[in-house]
Amino acid sequence: MTTSRRDFIRTSAVAAAGVAIGSRTALGAPLARVQPPGSDPFIESLALEGLNAAKAAGASYADVRIGRYRRQFINTRERQVTGVADSESFGIGIRTLVGGSWGFSATSVLTRASVQQTAQDAVRVARAAKTVQRHPVQLAPVAAVKGSWMMPITRDPLEVPIEEKVALLLAANEAALKVPKVRFVNSGMALLREEKTLATSDGTLVTQTFVRVGPQFSATAINNGDFQSYSEEIAPRGQGWEYIESLNMPGNAERWASLAAEKLTARSVEVGRYDLILDPTNLWLTIHESIGHPTELDRAMGYEANYAGTSFVSPPEKYLKKFRYGPDFMNIQADRTQEGSLSRTAWDDEGVPADNWLLIKNGIFNDYQTTREQASWIAPITGVKKSHGCSFADSWGTVQFQRMPNVSLLPGEKDLVLDDIVAATDRGIVIKNRGSWSIDHQRYNFQFSGQVFYEVKGGKITGMLKDVAYQARTPDFWNSMDMIGGARSYWLGGSFGDGKGEPGQSNSVSHGAVPARFKQVNIVNTGRTS
Amino acid sequence: MKPRSLFDSSPTPPLLSRGEAKALADRVLGMAKADDTQVNINSDWEGNTRFAGGEITTSGESTDTGVTITSTIGKRRASATTNILDNASLRRTVDLAERLAKLAPEDPEAMPALGPQTYTPVNAFIDATANLGPEGRANAARKVIERAGEVGLEAGNVFVAGFLDVNGGTRAIANSKGLFAYHRSTDVNLSTTVRTPDGTGSGWASAGARDWSTLNPGALAVRAAQKAVASRNPQAIEPGAYTVVLEPQAVADLVPLLGGAFNARSADEGRSPFSKPGGGTKIGEKIADERVTIYSDPADSDLLAAPFDGEGFPIGRHAWIENGILRNLTYSRFWAQKKGVAPTGGGGGFGGFPGGLKMAGGTKTTDEIIAGTQRGILITHFFYIRALDPRTVLLTGLTRDGTFLIENGKITRSLKNFRWNESPLFMLSKIEEIGRAERTSAGQVMPTIRAKDFHFTSLSEAV
Repeated sequence: MTTSRRDFIRTSAVAAAGVAIGSRTALGAPLARVQPPGSDPFIESLALEGLNAAKAAGASYADVRIGRYRRQFINTRERQVTGVADSESFGIGIRTLVGGSWGFSATSVLTRASVQQTAQDAVRVARAAKTVQRHPVQLAPVAAVKGSWMMPITRDPLEVPIEEKVALLLAANEAALKVPKVRFVNSGMALLREEKTLATSDGTLVTQTFVRVGPQFSATAINNGDFQSYSEEIAPRGQGWEYIESLNMPGNAERWASLAAEKLTARSVEVGRYDLILDPTNLWLTIHESIGHPTELDRAMGYEANYAGTSFVSPPEKYLKKFRYGPDFMNIQADRTQEGSLSRTAWDDEGVPADNWLLIKNGIFNDYQTTREQASWIAPITGVKKSHGCSFADSWGTVQFQRMPNVSLLPGEKDLVLDDIVAATDRGIVIKNRGSWSIDHQRYNFQFSGQVFYEVKGGKITGMLKDVAYQARTPDFWNSMDMIGGARSYWLGGSFGDGKGEPGQSNSVSHGAVPARFKQVNIVNTGRTS
Repeated sequence: MKPRSLFDSSPTPPLLSRGEAKALADRVLGMAKADDTQVNINSDWEGNTRFAGGEITTSGESTDTGVTITSTIGKRRASATTNILDNASLRRTVDLAERLAKLAPEDPEAMPALGPQTYTPVNAFIDATANLGPEGRANAARKVIERAGEVGLEAGNVFVAGFLDVNGGTRAIANSKGLFAYHRSTDVNLSTTVRTPDGTGSGWASAGARDWSTLNPGALAVRAAQKAVASRNPQAIEPGAYTVVLEPQAVADLVPLLGGAFNARSADEGRSPFSKPGGGTKIGEKIADERVTIYSDPADSDLLAAPFDGEGFPIGRHAWIENGILRNLTYSRFWAQKKGVAPTGGGGGFGGFPGGLKMAGGTKTTDEIIAGTQRGILITHFFYIRALDPRTVLLTGLTRDGTFLIENGKITRSLKNFRWNESPLFMLSKIEEIGRAERTSAGQVMPTIRAKDFHFTSLSEAV
């Protein structure tokens, strides 16, 4: 048994002096109201304990993250619930810098003795790393900050009764099952609440609360040995229950499911070159893969070479402020302040304030994504000495490293929507929603699919296609973009599960986009049968 | 730094012993009021060291113990997980699972809890792995960096990156019907990528095992560095259908991805490549070359996988494909009962094959298979594989870190990487040779394969 845990709860309750234990720690008990939680003296004292122990053991710099992650998953198929699961994970991660080398250690045992041991372990790991060092780490300056922040929401999704969630999903399934030939429906939702306290030896002490929701819906239609599925592109968001309600899943499910049935009768695409019109529900992921990842500075410098790969936008001195990524009207913004977005934050895991900046400005590659360690690598070229605040870890148990902020295609000046682009296209294909996606390890060659595909002839949609994927080389693709939508057609997509790093970590990130047209893109057929 | 006992005086968190896991499970079961309660305990330790540019970039260690409580009340079921292990936290987690279960609708497919089971003992916990601390990992990283640097020197100062990941874990399952299952294991994986300074060559090598002492970091470094040097200045050839020689790691990138398609229920429901037109499954039909045999067996000395699944159901040996014949699909307990067959474990197969995975090998080495190849393409491994069509398990992906042309039994050129659109099912029907099998990671064994008509669809400039 772990008396340490009991000690912690008791100590925490006492230390919190007046804050009901249930409101801070109990799983399933009423959570704090939807406002930034106040400081927790016990958590803060534990964090400072970790910092002091790390410094005493020889760290020149240390940071401590104490995180509590609460997740709930509800999954259904047809008229039944296949899973209701609730989880909490609580622990501390300590990162130390010793002689310019990093060391990290994490534990789920939150006693003073355990935290001290973990800090000493982190220093031992750093000392071992220092024996295989070439360039000591140098951190960009950052001002110390104290405060707390919470993602603005109006209803905490974890407080919504389970019956309400199940009823919403089953109502959506029921509506979908009305569609002839639709035999299978899956729907679900992932709900997350994350509380995180960061203390650094530079004097920063901040607590943040993140809320994220991710609903899902897909339907499968069956016909004489053939089957086709359709997944609605429901963006996960950094929002509360109000977002899920706004989607009206029960009211839309029949329409979504009918697309699965319609795909059974769609015509298989003829390979060739077409003008490609990408809806934002598809384009967001193309932006993520072909712009978001190549502009990560650690990738460009080879830090991901053994896993996710490197980047064609490298070395920085050859590409920064020089390389034409796309047309003049192409502006790509990195942004950690965007409302409703998944990677919105107040401070990153190094205490750097949320930032927004242009990765691509008027078509030219303008800047990378950086952390405190990386900022100085390109400062002589960009003139930016500070970190852009891209340091994140997906858990208390993993070390923070460079992760992608929200990366979005800014709207064009003309007030165009998808229909306007279709009307201006003689021969093309419209693609909606994410399908299959794959891109090479330097982010040149990609092949993306979608969920539904429409043939365009003479400015009109003339029918549905299937087995469609587009394959291109990143710089050619973006330079072939000749029309984009205006602000009215902007839509924010995103993913809960952007993988990077070893051991693998998962990042939540949003991408905004407007519809866009790409000239003469290679279309392949994915419907091979032998 | 290494896994320690819960009762160790050190505050470092534990890998639970059998007795400790049993005591924790009993504590939870003693709090439960549901008709049936299942407790899953996962206790994990990880140590890792990452390197790039010839130096360690990040390294760390982490320990965690989680308890998942699944409560069943009538036919209603829900689960709750915590990693806070004091009695008060465990009690409220039990209460939460029971509260959620009461609120959940009835699950018409809920199966009764299993009673006590008998498991094949599998010794997958190796001290040499569990004791690999930060100094040992740093030494291994240094060895890889130095050896790769020496071998790669003819191409200049090569860029060496890699990752050494060590895990120790225990899994325990107990339920209110008296079932108790316990298994502990270690695994370690070392991979390295070597890139030449001209930016045109890249080589990769990887190995994994339960036992750290069976890995050879120096040999791995040599292989990756040799590939990097040999892969410089790749040339483009026209994409199309080519004969390929896939090294075991490349086979390991493809064959396990069939796991999802082996779900029996999906096959019966008409939405799987193993659905029979008109109804039923293709069990008993020939679906691959007759030399293809793929099976799972947790007790196989090359696999040493957990001998039970997440419900505590015992996992035995299952042949999935035998001599090219589809022998079995993965059956959950519910679907097995509905179809009147034996369950396979693994919760029905959505999580892949239960009990490790082995594709039976032949006798030839990769070099011998290359020597017997008139014209073909040698593949080191694949990258970014994604599904294109679930009806055929058609996938797309890219080649990476060493793609070579074979002509008249010899490697003649380094080739630019390709994107391919291909199905491992198609590939297993187009086998020309199956070479020696080797362990590609802990719990997985794959052979070298030569197959014809592998569809490369476009070129990639990526190195």
